Amino acid sequence: MKKTGISSRLKKLLLCSPLLFLLTGCSDKYILLNPAGPVAQTEHRLILLSAILVAIVVIPVIVLLVFIVIRYRERPGNQAPYQPNWTDSKILEVIWWGIPILIVAILGFATVRDTFALTRPPSEQKPITIQVVSLDWKWLFLYPDSNIATVNYCEIPTGVPVQFVLTADAPMNSFWVPQLGGQEYTMPGMEMRLWLQADREGVFEGRGANFTGKGFAHMNFQVVAKPQSEFASWVKKVKGSAPSLTQEKYDLLAKPSVVNKQSYSSYPPALYQNTVNKNGGIYWHHPMPMNEPHQMPMEN
Amino acid sequence: MLKSLISYLQNANLMIQISAVAIILTLVGIVFALTYFKKWGWLWREWITTVDHKKIGIMYLVCALLMFFRGGVDALLMRTQLAFPNLHFLNAQHYDEIFTTHGTIMILFMAMPFIFAMFNLVVPLQIGARDVAFPFLNAVSFWLFFFGAMLFNLSFVLGGSPDAGWVGYPPLSELPYSPGPGVNYYVLGIQISGIGSIATGINFIVTILKMRAPGMTLMRMPLFTWSVLASCIVIIFAFPALTVALALLGMDRIFGTHFFTMLHGGNPMMYINLFWVWGHPEVYIVILPAYGIFSEVVSTFCRKYIFGYKSMVVSLMMISIISYFVWVHHFFTMGAGPGVNSFFAVASMAVGIPTGVKVFNWLFTMFRGRIRITLPMLWTLAFIPCFAVGGATGIMLAVAPADYQFHNSYFLIAHFHQVLIGGVVYGLLAGMYFWWPKILGFKLNETLGKWAFWFFNLGFYVCFMPQYALGFMGMTRRVYTYPAESGWGTLNFVSTIGAFMMGIGFLFIVAQILYSIRHGERDTTGDPWDGRTLEWSLPSPVPHYNFAQIPVVDDMDAWWKMKQQQKEGIQPQKEPLKPIHMPSPSSLPFFMGLAFFICGFGLVFNQFTIATIGLIGVVICMLWRSLEKDTGYYISVEEIKKNEAAVRGL
Repeated sequence: MKKTGISSRLKKLLLCSPLLFLLTGCSDKYILLNPAGPVAQTEHRLILLSAILVAIVVIPVIVLLVFIVIRYRERPGNQAPYQPNWTDSKILEVIWWGIPILIVAILGFATVRDTFALTRPPSEQKPITIQVVSLDWKWLFLYPDSNIATVNYCEIPTGVPVQFVLTADAPMNSFWVPQLGGQEYTMPGMEMRLWLQADREGVFEGRGANFTGKGFAHMNFQVVAKPQSEFASWVKKVKGSAPSLTQEKYDLLAKPSVVNKQSYSSYPPALYQNTVNKNGGIYWHHPMPMNEPHQMPMEN
Repeated sequence: MLKSLISYLQNANLMIQISAVAIILTLVGIVFALTYFKKWGWLWREWITTVDHKKIGIMYLVCALLMFFRGGVDALLMRTQLAFPNLHFLNAQHYDEIFTTHGTIMILFMAMPFIFAMFNLVVPLQIGARDVAFPFLNAVSFWLFFFGAMLFNLSFVLGGSPDAGWVGYPPLSELPYSPGPGVNYYVLGIQISGIGSIATGINFIVTILKMRAPGMTLMRMPLFTWSVLASCIVIIFAFPALTVALALLGMDRIFGTHFFTMLHGGNPMMYINLFWVWGHPEVYIVILPAYGIFSEVVSTFCRKYIFGYKSMVVSLMMISIISYFVWVHHFFTMGAGPGVNSFFAVASMAVGIPTGVKVFNWLFTMFRGRIRITLPMLWTLAFIPCFAVGGATGIMLAVAPADYQFHNSYFLIAHFHQVLIGGVVYGLLAGMYFWWPKILGFKLNETLGKWAFWFFNLGFYVCFMPQYALGFMGMTRRVYTYPAESGWGTLNFVSTIGAFMMGIGFLFIVAQILYSIRHGERDTTGDPWDGRTLEWSLPSPVPHYNFAQIPVVDDMDAWWKMKQQQKEGIQPQKEPLKPIHMPSPSSLPFFMGLAFFICGFGLVFNQFTIATIGLIGVVICMLWRSLEKDTGYYISVEEIKKNEAAVRGL
């Protein structure tokens, strides 16, 4: 039957298509393949490395399968050898235990190296800190250095490492800005840390990645990266013109709803710590080690 | 409670009201048909009270196919909603309920009963046993599964479906964020069927270790039986973690405790760990038997011994052990330190090594064989490339820093559907086609089966390949809609087309079964595929006592060897004919399941009187069983001889 031969080839083409997406990195729509900072860059490099390494096994498997099915198909007059009792070969077994072990060793090495690297600031510049609170169903950003706050967008200076300190005042969500780097969960009562950095100007789409109920699909935000000087003048503008976020306004904001972008010139200084504490952070009576990245209170 | 249920139905949307009416009409129809055709006695004697592993297997299979249908309809509803941006086919609440039930049903009420069907239908026959070690317990397992599944499905029409995702993470699944009975249904439905699953795991481990035919040493055991052993070992170590997680979540919701809340010292991370301590091994519980099925199918349809038998056994056992050391890869992004993430990343990649070895061994079983492309073989051939790609994307996800980008995205969705459909579903379908004639006495129609195969298999690629790409575009899972500017529209539309192709494929399978019941090719030989293992030495369908005489085994692929020897005039060894001891049928497993159901239903609605009544019922059933003096019955030698002459056409 010819049908199988052709359709297997067709299948092979289809199978390779995700790899093609990876290797060409084509259009702007594939934001994971269009990193805008060192963290996303490292992750992007690992994605490519892993894709190439797994292809070393996947492609021969598919080629072999097609070859074997065509050659050893039962049909009258098939001259191919038939050895029903041939059941093992030391050399072959060594090959296919050995190659995957080698691949895992290489990939494992790169993974461990980068896993540790990504918990450190991505560059030597003096970092800034932004506290992030995920709410039902919006994102609140607090700037402890300048005491301004924003909702559903934040601005960051380019070329500067940004430490996002994440928590939630709602079911846990996940903070993800694909072009700047991978995500980290926001959990009520806990603090998580994520280093990101933008190397070029731009508006980068971010989203809540973990399901939190009805309004979850609308939990998008934007990260605006601009040069240090423009960033400073933006802070000044917000400080001068925006209303302030009082506790009452926060309580209203924390209620389930979907809202537009907002800016605030100030917020109650204890707002962030109170939010962590009231959701259970109070049970982790440990000082937060600010300079040790990725240290969760839980682990102390 | 009744009032709140009635008001729920009055306020529910049209779709649910129509379903409620349809369910009532179907029930009335079934009752009417059973009465009209005078089948109540038959149903009770032959099925409900049976402890025969073959009949229990058939009941599991029927339930699995029905649940496959329901889970599939859920999938099509979701794909329809996502076909275009900003669609209002479903609202957020409905979409949330549907993806929750889709996931829960497909894993726990489709894949699990489907593998249990295969365990029950095949294992005792393959090892030369007359039943499982504990036939009564086996029936209890089935009825617990059945009533657990019923309780879960009831949520759709009575009170509202769970909507916190199939993983049910607190705090979202706790009372403040998920009030109402939905999540209670989830907790109790899974809990009840989960107890049955643990019992099945114990039952089959004992059966395989203690009840093999004389001469069948472990290293002569068919690979499917090996895979069931590996899977059951994983079940008995993994399922208790789920039982604990759900029990504590249930107590939080029903009795107001604070195990997983954020307040009063609770900690949701504990739930997430416990859930995945079960959840990851769970995917190996369902995939390992599929590996076993592929091994049997490849060997049979290439007329060749399996290549690298020892390697196959070693890799099965390695997978069942390593599968315990990978669970954190489901939450690399929840703040574990780099040391923990590194360990679980490398362990997750390492699980790919024995799996890769298995793929090569299957390929080299075909190499220098003679490949007969029948339906079971067709699904096996489709499995290999599909699973190779699914496994490859799995390795990519195991790279912890890369997972920071893939986590919760459609890349992940495409990956696990590819391994669960391309691995588990293809495997179980291959197994169903393979053993169907053995159990039911007729083959399933090839032509309709090929239509089903091509629609389902091509539909799979059309549905899921675009989802990998959507992952790279940053599309997250569980969004009920997306804006047009996202640029996700085209690929989502293509994906939806693929889903409907798979739906058509499933309908062809249904048509194939219905057609073949009347017109399928009857199997009169008992060995329609030129099989290799002991089940093919029996007539089809298999008599209730399985083996008139227990065969004596002296090599792998025992039946193949016996056939070769018979050609040379050597008759196979068998134990002498003597009376066969059989377990008596019992209605207790059914009532015990029913009592669990009543207890669960009471707890769902915080009606403690009903729950207590159910619990007392459970205790009474257990006492009754403990004090029962029935030790089974014997089939006489004359009766066996008469029956064997009839079924073997002598």
